[in-house]
Amino acid sequence: MRRRRTTAFATLLFVVSAMGSGLLLHTVDRLRTRATLNQVLYISSPKLLKALSLGYHGLLADVYWTRVVQYYGEQRHTRSSDFSLLWPLLNLTTQLDPHLIPAYQFGGTFLASRPPYGAGLPQRAIELVESGIRNNPDDWHLYYNLGFIYYDLKDFRAAADAFDRGSRVPNAHPFLKIMAAQCAQHGGELRTAQMLWSAVYETTKDKYIRENAEGHLRALKADFEAQELEKIVAAFHQQTGRYPSSFAELARARILPGIPIDPLGNQFQLDREGHVFVGDPDNFPFIERALPSGYLPKPAPGSARPRG
Amino acid sequence: MRAIEIVGLEKVYQVGFWRKRPKRALNALHLAVEQGEIFGFLGPNGAGKTTTLKMLMGLVFPTGGSARILDMEMDDPRMKAQIGFLPEQPYFYDYLTARELLRYYGHLSGVEPKHLTARVDTVLNQVGLNDSRDVQLRKFSKGMLQRAGIAQAILHDPKVVFLDEPMSGLDPMGRREVRNLIEQLKHDGKTVFFSTHILSDAEALCDRVAILNQGTLRGVGAVEELTAGIRGQSEFVWSGTTISPGLTQLGADCHVAGDTVRAVVPSDRMDAALDVIKRERLRLISVTPVRTSLEDYFLAQLTPVPEEAKVAANGNGG
Amino acid sequence: MASRIFHIAANTFREAVRDRVLYNLIAFALLLTGAAIFVGQISIEIERLVVINLGLTAVSLFGVVIAIFIGIGLVSKEIEKRTLYTVLSRPVARWEFIAGKFFGLSGTLVVNTLCMALGVFAALLYVSRNLNGADAWVLVAIYFIVLQFVIVTALALLFSSFSSPLLSAVFTFCLFVSGTFAEDLRGFAQLTHGFTRWLATGAIYAIPNFSALNVISQVAHGEPLSGQLIFWNSAYALVYSLAVLSLAILIFERRNLK
Repeated sequence: MRRRRTTAFATLLFVVSAMGSGLLLHTVDRLRTRATLNQVLYISSPKLLKALSLGYHGLLADVYWTRVVQYYGEQRHTRSSDFSLLWPLLNLTTQLDPHLIPAYQFGGTFLASRPPYGAGLPQRAIELVESGIRNNPDDWHLYYNLGFIYYDLKDFRAAADAFDRGSRVPNAHPFLKIMAAQCAQHGGELRTAQMLWSAVYETTKDKYIRENAEGHLRALKADFEAQELEKIVAAFHQQTGRYPSSFAELARARILPGIPIDPLGNQFQLDREGHVFVGDPDNFPFIERALPSGYLPKPAPGSARPRG
Repeated sequence: MRAIEIVGLEKVYQVGFWRKRPKRALNALHLAVEQGEIFGFLGPNGAGKTTTLKMLMGLVFPTGGSARILDMEMDDPRMKAQIGFLPEQPYFYDYLTARELLRYYGHLSGVEPKHLTARVDTVLNQVGLNDSRDVQLRKFSKGMLQRAGIAQAILHDPKVVFLDEPMSGLDPMGRREVRNLIEQLKHDGKTVFFSTHILSDAEALCDRVAILNQGTLRGVGAVEELTAGIRGQSEFVWSGTTISPGLTQLGADCHVAGDTVRAVVPSDRMDAALDVIKRERLRLISVTPVRTSLEDYFLAQLTPVPEEAKVAANGNGG
Repeated sequence: MASRIFHIAANTFREAVRDRVLYNLIAFALLLTGAAIFVGQISIEIERLVVINLGLTAVSLFGVVIAIFIGIGLVSKEIEKRTLYTVLSRPVARWEFIAGKFFGLSGTLVVNTLCMALGVFAALLYVSRNLNGADAWVLVAIYFIVLQFVIVTALALLFSSFSSPLLSAVFTFCLFVSGTFAEDLRGFAQLTHGFTRWLATGAIYAIPNFSALNVISQVAHGEPLSGQLIFWNSAYALVYSLAVLSLAILIFERRNLK
């Protein structure tokens, strides 16, 4: 019967072309270059975009916010150090919806972070968070973010100032006052840093920011432990007049219970001048002190060698 | 070769949203139509006439049975090239002119391009739309649309023409024109199968009719056969004003009308009735057989029928 | 067979051309392109950018509106008005009918797009005084827009073959919007896990990927497009449309036309 024949043929055609279109789409996707500035933004002027969104700027802001997260995730996944779209995307997002707090927090953290964890643009980060504060003066989180950025830049006075401003906001978290004081007096100390990063780790809900805080805390622990180990080594030096050849020697002499392990599970290393550093500095982010002397971090793929 | 042969054609719809109940639009239909005859397909609205026609045209798929037209399958394109169809209350692409419409249909029916123009003009003439051939159909009156519809149905010179309610919505003049056209088609040797509920038209035009009610065939046959001899009565008319006791005894109803009396007597009592009239010395004016009209026959068939009888009736329909 | 499809297509084209709605939409689109010239004058350097961006976006959006408006009526209107009965009682296969309608509407949209594209080029000429090599890529962008129309036509035809005009319009429009944001859907899929991820990934392949066919902003910045991209995009659009059409044929073939 012709009808049955047509039906069978149409079914076959449908199945074949449906699968075919799936494969072709896959091919097209691989061909499309990684999102260029223009493609992802589509319209780069925030004012124009807001006008064109016909009142649905909240929705559009959400769309762009998902793009921020996706973009960041993709750059991290491909281990690229190129975060050039982060600022434009965040700028667009926050202009479309000035009350989207997570966007300011994300930007505050990752615009300031150095590659390969962020864009390395602390001034832009400050700019973003300040505009967030202007639009949301009663949200203590943003002052907190700001303080952090300054702290990372080692501008302890500005950090204390930001925390202080934040502590005056109604319903502010009590630790803002404590941190203001801590920064003002013990800015450069490890303990301050530990406090700050623990606070972030505990209060944030964002997966990336939490990861970031965890990394910092691990590095701080390593730095602290290295510092303590150096004290022991210095004491040995004072007693014997020489530096120990290795930690094994100290272990044999019952000065240490065993070979010390860093938070990533590698053995701590000891150099001839009594300086302690982590076993695998290339894969231990955020370390400040426990690095080998004269250590230059390995350049990220595609970016220029940073000046030591 | 029969023009149309329908064997057990039926359509059952499943209605309802959650629990589907079957709704029988057409019970198993057996029907045959010979070539060259005008066949009337009668029935009240909702009887299943349009459903049958749609199944024959391949617009609706039967749930049982089959049909052959000119001894070819229903979905055979060669068959479709030899039939014409006019749907009920047709509507055509109103942005086209009559000529453009027919040319379009002509191409689709496979009329050869070199003959097309001449054929279109002939048919337009035949249906009397010559003057309006370049007028857009949106400006046509109902009667004109109907005629355009017949034009597209006969354009490709089909052997069998199907018309669904061709006279609906027409004024008496329009109806007369369509009737003439149908007679013309028969004259040209075509078979015409048309459905209607206007009985007078069927009575005047058709060689044979079939009556459908509630999806079941209630009767098939030539018009005379169906209307005559069912009740087999004769009407006696005599002058005077006296009611005849003898005839009343035979079971006749006597009515006085002016200075004549009429009595209807069953045909098998005719001889006895004549004796009575002679005996009572009535001045007989006329004796005429009473023919029931098709309408009477029709209405009689419309009484609802018990389930078993439906099957039996359809079995005898062919 | 080809002759019947051609005549159905030609008739569809004729119907569209005689439909006044079409002209209103085209006029509006041209108006918008003209307005682009004035918008561009607000900022000196981006005149060309705005003309191309706004002009091509207008062509794209209005074309989709036309495609939906006419497309949804292609089959359902014919059934409603019973014009379909006199066509199908002739030796015309149901699939030939669908194919004819498809080519007719696609043809209408191609002609339509060319008219509007002329408007865009005229505006471009006006603001840039002369056309340079980079403007050739605008033609490719227009070609991709036409490919989008082909897909939308097929979709409108699919929905028209089994649902009412209103629902067909709604469904087609929804698919158009989600297809335009296909990239974001992909991003969403990457952030989810498990069953949701499967569902999202399936959706990405099922809905038409209009974002892949949208190169307006690249072209506005004068960036070149690779020949391979053009080829594979064309193949995708055509094969996808074929899938949609075969589904339409499948549904229509089995439908009882009450």
